[in-house]
Amino acid sequence: MTVHEASGRRKALLVFGWAWVGLPFAYGVYALIQKVTLLFAG
Amino acid sequence: MGGFLARSRIIAPPDWSRWLVPPAALAVHLSIGQVYAWSVFKSPLETEMGLSGTASALPFQLGIVMLGLSAAFGGTLVERNGPRWAMFVATVCFSAGFLVSSLGVALGQYWLVVLGYGVVGGIGLGIGYISPVSTLMKWFPDRPGMATGIAIMGFGGGALIASPWSAGMLEAFGDGRAAIAQSFLVHGLVYAVFMSLGTVLVRVPPEGWRPRGWEPTNSSAASMITTANVSARNALRTPQFWLLWVVLCLNVTAGIAILEKAAPMIRDFFAGTATPVAAGAAAGFVALLSLANMTGRFVWSSTSDVVGRKNIYRLYLGVGALLYLVIALAGDTSVPVFVLSAMLIISFYGGGFSTIPAYLKDLFGTYQVGAIHGRLLTAWSAAGILGPLVVNAIADAQERAGASGPQLYALSLYIMIGLLLVGFTANELVRPVHPKYHEPAVEADSESTADSGTRGVQR
Repeated sequence: MTVHEASGRRKALLVFGWAWVGLPFAYGVYALIQKVTLLFAG
Repeated sequence: MGGFLARSRIIAPPDWSRWLVPPAALAVHLSIGQVYAWSVFKSPLETEMGLSGTASALPFQLGIVMLGLSAAFGGTLVERNGPRWAMFVATVCFSAGFLVSSLGVALGQYWLVVLGYGVVGGIGLGIGYISPVSTLMKWFPDRPGMATGIAIMGFGGGALIASPWSAGMLEAFGDGRAAIAQSFLVHGLVYAVFMSLGTVLVRVPPEGWRPRGWEPTNSSAASMITTANVSARNALRTPQFWLLWVVLCLNVTAGIAILEKAAPMIRDFFAGTATPVAAGAAAGFVALLSLANMTGRFVWSSTSDVVGRKNIYRLYLGVGALLYLVIALAGDTSVPVFVLSAMLIISFYGGGFSTIPAYLKDLFGTYQVGAIHGRLLTAWSAAGILGPLVVNAIADAQERAGASGPQLYALSLYIMIGLLLVGFTANELVRPVHPKYHEPAVEADSESTADSGTRGVQR
């Protein structure tokens, strides 16, 4: 594997790793913000 | 220990990005943070298994107790065997806890739920909580507060994911014991897969590694940052450990005092005013506090890398006491003032959790900081008992005495101010650790190298 290929794989792994944890986290924050709006709508 | 879990298998290659380690930590912390969403299962369990509220809370309470105990007693094992081993054990225990609970509900044997989620899952909580801490600080010696802030923010974020996800799943599976059993089964399987990323991805830095362009002397607030190392056993003999124990315990107690009563508190404060708070709005307030708790874990801990650990705890404890005073004296005059003050207090509560590992590293070095952190978490267990006990007992007594509105909480608020001032004083007494507790330089270096292969990161 060339240095260029290895660097590409690392970047892909980085994107995959952060997406793995980031997407569920974003879902949780979205659900939370929906609840927060109740404070201002109530 | 050999094979896939061995430390020797997770020494990072030279071109490994340290930014791959926070997702590994988050995969574990976002999962085990589910524990704070246990309440989703309480009502269905009570209905389907004929339990009281106290009984349905037992798996959660036991889980938190086991978290403290396994972090305290398992810290040394985690240091010795490394983060991959620890994350694997956490994955197995946490997932197995759900699977045993699923079996328990299916068979109508509630004791299996208590044993599974509370005991087995609780061990997963404790080992998982401390598993990435020392590794993150070795990868980010230039920003240890930020690194641990990311992971421990994940623990706060875990409930945000699990709460709507678990509730949706229970609804989808319908009514009856089978629906709860199926939900537990799916939780166990999904968390096993999700946490596995941490086990696969985690790496320790190679010997001599340090961030490009970073020199240890460049750190801010350097006078409080040691260049030596203290073992976990010796740390317990230092006044610094016990002062930080008091600081953490009282900071957490003050936060729990609001978290425990958030929804009824805001409604009681504004019940007799021109701006009463409806039940829906109170739920929004609770959600806002969760957001503040999570954000504080990252923001304040990262800020501590710049201003220093002692100063940030001055903020948590000193400004926290002032904010409690604002709520006590003027909390019922304005909803925004009340909400903002409570949000800041809860952000300090979260920040207290995430900054403490970096404070420990500053004082005791990275040598056995994971094990020391594990032992310090007993302060959390103590606060978990102390906080609700004080707030509920006083509120009940005030109610019996005929008090209403803000008067229900006035005494609790002043007690919290007192506790925060005691914590503030304890923080002021923290000084660098006496050299008599330091490990001999050569021995500490060689042991640390054998343990983690990270000698170059030691300072």
